[in-house]
Amino acid sequence: MQISMTINGTDVTREIEPRVLLVHFIRDDLRLTGTHWGCDTTNCGTCVVLMDGQPVKSCTVLAAMADGHTITTVEGLAHGATLDPVQQGFMEEHGLQCGFCTPGMMLTARALLDHNPHPEPLEIREAISGQICRCTGYATIVRSIQWAAEHPAGAAPETTTSESTEHEVHA
Amino acid sequence: MTILEDRPSNPAAGDHDRPIGHGRMQRKEDPRFVRGKGRYVDDIVLPGMLHGAILRAPVAHARLVSIDTSEALAHPKVLAVITGTDLQALGLAWAPTLSMDVQAVLVTDKVRFQGQEVAFVVAEDRYAARDALELIQVEYDVLPPVVDARKAMDPGAPVIRDDLPGRTDNHIFDWEAGDKAETDAVFASADVVVKQEIVYPRVHPAPMETCGAVADFDPIDGRLTLYETTQAPHAHRTLFAMVSGIPEHKIRVVSPDIGGGFGNKVGIYPGYILAVVGSIVTGKPVKWVEDRSENLMSTSFARDYIMQGEIAATKDGKILALRTNVLADHGAFNATAQPTKYPAGFFHIFTGSYDLAAAHCTVTGVYTNKAPGGVAYACSFRVTEAVYLVERMVDILARKLDMDPAELRLKNFIRKEQFPYANKTGWEYDSGDYEPTMRLSMKMAGYDELRREQKEKRERGELMGIGISFFTETVGAGPRKDMDILGLGMADGAELRIHPTGKAVVRISVQSQGQGHETTFAQIVAEEIGIPPEDIDVVHGDTDQTPFGLGTYGSRSTPVSGAAVALVARKVREKARFIAAAMLETRPEDLEWEKGRWFVKGDPSVGKTMAEIAMGAHGTVALPEGIDGNLDAEVTYDPPNLTFPFGAYICVVDVDPGTGHVKVRRFIAVDDCGTRINPMIIEGQIHGGLTDGVGMALMEIIEFDDEGNCLGGSFMDYLIPTAMEVPDWETGFTVTPSPHHPIGAKGVGESATVGSPPAVVNAVVDALTPFGVVHMDMPCTPARVWEAMQGGTRPPV
Amino acid sequence: MQIPAPFDYVRASSVDNALALLDRHGAESRVVAGGHSLLPMMKLRLARPDWLIDINDLYELDYLLVDGPVLRIGAMTRHTTLLESDDVRRLFPIITDAEHVIADPIVRNRGTIGGSLCQADPAEDLSTVCHVLDAVAVVRGPAGERMLSMAEFHRGPYETAVAQNELLIEVRVPIRAGSGSAYEKVERRVGDWAVAAAGASVTLAADGTISKATVGLTAVGLDRNVTEVEAVLVGQVPTEQLFAEAGQLAADACDPLADQRGPIDYKRHLADELTRRVLRVACSRAAASVPDVTIQEG
Repeated sequence: MQISMTINGTDVTREIEPRVLLVHFIRDDLRLTGTHWGCDTTNCGTCVVLMDGQPVKSCTVLAAMADGHTITTVEGLAHGATLDPVQQGFMEEHGLQCGFCTPGMMLTARALLDHNPHPEPLEIREAISGQICRCTGYATIVRSIQWAAEHPAGAAPETTTSESTEHEVHA
Repeated sequence: MTILEDRPSNPAAGDHDRPIGHGRMQRKEDPRFVRGKGRYVDDIVLPGMLHGAILRAPVAHARLVSIDTSEALAHPKVLAVITGTDLQALGLAWAPTLSMDVQAVLVTDKVRFQGQEVAFVVAEDRYAARDALELIQVEYDVLPPVVDARKAMDPGAPVIRDDLPGRTDNHIFDWEAGDKAETDAVFASADVVVKQEIVYPRVHPAPMETCGAVADFDPIDGRLTLYETTQAPHAHRTLFAMVSGIPEHKIRVVSPDIGGGFGNKVGIYPGYILAVVGSIVTGKPVKWVEDRSENLMSTSFARDYIMQGEIAATKDGKILALRTNVLADHGAFNATAQPTKYPAGFFHIFTGSYDLAAAHCTVTGVYTNKAPGGVAYACSFRVTEAVYLVERMVDILARKLDMDPAELRLKNFIRKEQFPYANKTGWEYDSGDYEPTMRLSMKMAGYDELRREQKEKRERGELMGIGISFFTETVGAGPRKDMDILGLGMADGAELRIHPTGKAVVRISVQSQGQGHETTFAQIVAEEIGIPPEDIDVVHGDTDQTPFGLGTYGSRSTPVSGAAVALVARKVREKARFIAAAMLETRPEDLEWEKGRWFVKGDPSVGKTMAEIAMGAHGTVALPEGIDGNLDAEVTYDPPNLTFPFGAYICVVDVDPGTGHVKVRRFIAVDDCGTRINPMIIEGQIHGGLTDGVGMALMEIIEFDDEGNCLGGSFMDYLIPTAMEVPDWETGFTVTPSPHHPIGAKGVGESATVGSPPAVVNAVVDALTPFGVVHMDMPCTPARVWEAMQGGTRPPV
Repeated sequence: MQIPAPFDYVRASSVDNALALLDRHGAESRVVAGGHSLLPMMKLRLARPDWLIDINDLYELDYLLVDGPVLRIGAMTRHTTLLESDDVRRLFPIITDAEHVIADPIVRNRGTIGGSLCQADPAEDLSTVCHVLDAVAVVRGPAGERMLSMAEFHRGPYETAVAQNELLIEVRVPIRAGSGSAYEKVERRVGDWAVAAAGASVTLAADGTISKATVGLTAVGLDRNVTEVEAVLVGQVPTEQLFAEAGQLAADACDPLADQRGPIDYKRHLADELTRRVLRVACSRAAASVPDVTIQEG
């Protein structure tokens, strides 16, 4: 069957098997490999993309179901060379380690901030509670999203590496 | 040229509180990850690439009667279906494990665990490969399984490994450490002895990226390129050469970006071998990536230790001795990854942080009809089990003595002046200063105030628990005199080149699965040669590009490879001195180093920067005798000892008395990993491990039913904490450098995974004190906590 | 990654079109809404429909409407919409409570009330909630619409009265003045299916006595309300003693199975404990709503 959708601002049309999962369509047909997958049961959230601005788990959406819709993947987060504040926040606050859950986390964060520009830490935790990170223990992801909330225009270029936060206590 | 360096000296006193090489800096790897430009195995697409899928056994123990692949082969998109019989013809049906056992690549005779590999389909796309699995007809003759490790050695138990000549039971090994007679004598005369069975159930590392490979065998030049989710690319290359017969110089193993490892990606799984066979058979590249159920059901699990613990003490709380007998369930093949000499890994560090008069342990390994493994999930080769045992036993002793568990620990720590400390089971702890670390954690927690709050709450019927754990890790395997894996010494190499313009590349033999090697190792070089970390590229994960070494696991990257990198940088710095001297027409001994520059003693204005020296080395400067025209060096580092990081953890939980639900309210973690390189990365490593600890303590478990069916085969049943189950971590640190590491650093990657489970369980048990609960096994699910409150929880296995 | 077996796909443009498609493709066709129950089962190849009829374009079924004495909820209303609705929170906090613990926020963006009710998973929360609220399911088929009570609609685990050629189109919840409701679930981890859960709805008379009370349980083997409690509660002033009696009756009425989430005794205990808790909250919410009740009894 033929499907068309807007991905990261670009209209695409492809011939697919009806059973193709959206995550495979994005990764295999469009070669946008920033969207990952980590389970088969809709539990891990590694495959999260935005569908009409809302986070969805793309392993549990058929590509056919996304026909006519607008999809944003991690590759569509930045505006040209300018990173989204969420992307900057994840770098500033060490919100990622292996980077595998990161695209999904950042997209959920973007949708959250679009909906609620100043979320409380608990609201952030709830928003990402359908996504598993095995590396970070989540606190730095929460801080990353808070950073993005506090810097809606992103960081000035000269401050991106100089700003640092010490969270630890020393004897 | 490869040389073994002189032993490094102690870091300068007073300098070790300063982080290394610019301290907290953003990671060099992050820009690609936040743009979705990481390159993981499943992202790799090669021209003409085919896709493999594995048919797996639906039962735990069965004789294979027949396989009919004809219908699958008739599928228009299927190119090959490989069975055990096909592999037998190639001599590849069995492969060596990391523990000198063998493991079936595909079943030839008998299925030995549910999820075992039975056949491999190669098709044009992943959908067709999956479809074709349903077209393979297999007949099994189901056999009674051995599921309970406690019954594995019963007379008459089914013999799982009848493939091994002369095998009549399910016994794998007996191992012991410490002095039994001495320990028994101390126990016999002790005032107080407490015993407890402590079970560390089977858990799984479950990295977010499952295991996979892309194999590309070029039949013309006989060269194999293998992209793999591996934590040990060089060791894999050697083992592939040994198993496949492809000469090692014709094999390139690439470990690209890896979506988490945690020990899951150390071993060689049948899927990797099958991808290679598939590529050889079809002449095209073959990708195989397992699904989540395959990952949870067939790849390296962790733990599965049933421990009988005993602790002896005086009545005023001086701990005298520890002993334990362990029954270790290794599954159907002995495939644990640990140094050859230690079948129980480093479990014999179970004496922990305490100065004991005697200690003894025995470990018996058995086969069961379950997936193979045992050493994985950030366990530091079974230190996890050791720390859990001793930290639970100390808490049980504290209860028996009616002593505060913090006070009991403080009373029994190895004292600062006793380091280096030889424990009773053969370890030499390199350095430690435990009391300040413990005191800092108590101060951060507001320990006395918490105890007051707990007392008030108990009077109101509320259940609040405070759990302490103090761990000592042993990481950085390891000295070649003691340690090897399948005969490969556990050294690591490093090569450093300074390009003519003063930019550098350092090639390392370990590899990152998220630990931030590209940043940390650049920082170490930056510290030593004084050029900014931004100007240093770190190359890792490709055997064609990097020196030989054993890989990233057991928290060994910084202790071993980090040392290699520091030493190779010092070597370059020393070479630079000779070249600078030639450039300045002076003697090397007349030069003095400041960061990034050699200058003439007494005349700082006359000197040469590393960039100038690099250009000189590659240029036309007349070089002194024996100095060749580059600014490069290489080193292979054989660590003289392991490093012994430690830490004090305090967990505060609230238990719902009506439902048994446990909420982790606070978690305070004070770690000492010696000299700190990038504090941001260290903190991240600790946060991740603490989350593992909460997961294992409260929810993670791989269970089996009586037929050997795996009950934890998806993320619906293998539960991993979300952001809602963990608190905002409170971390602190002390710095006690390693005396034998060039920069005084110790490993930290697994400290929190090792140290945190007992803190959480101790807190839960503490909360349940009003119900008379002295111990409960993990996971402390609502149901199990409620059962404990009713008078007892069944062991999880 | 797991992949469904092949099927054909068609997207319905209206309810009538969906019914026509169901009729045309017959027994081997399945309707997909949010897909968060069906697609995982198809990936495991436990479900293998020949035709998948996608009803996500039926925006006509995505609504929440206070219509006199009933709240009308379109079957395609997403969980997130229910969770965020102020009307729902005000009228039926039990729905808000339940939605807050259904799966996770991202699944809730796709999952629908109709999908949840039609899946009828024994651990599914909204079936219990609808039982407790005396909701009516509006089912449309070739012969027109049928109104079904939850007892008629929900036939047991994974089984409803919706025929192959029918569609659940709406859920109607009667609004009662002086009512309060609550739901509480015990789960092993956020997002997990219930170990056990309970919901209650209580209506208080002007004199403060209970005039109506219903209690339902999730995941403990009871596909109906705990009708046994009503006789005990109605006509009484709410007290802890009364809640305890009701809890005991709930524990007696349920019939849980032992599984990885817990043994039978524990689940029975939870039926008791959670019944008490939801009655406590429902009564206190009802009491709070009594003074300014403006909606007529329906």
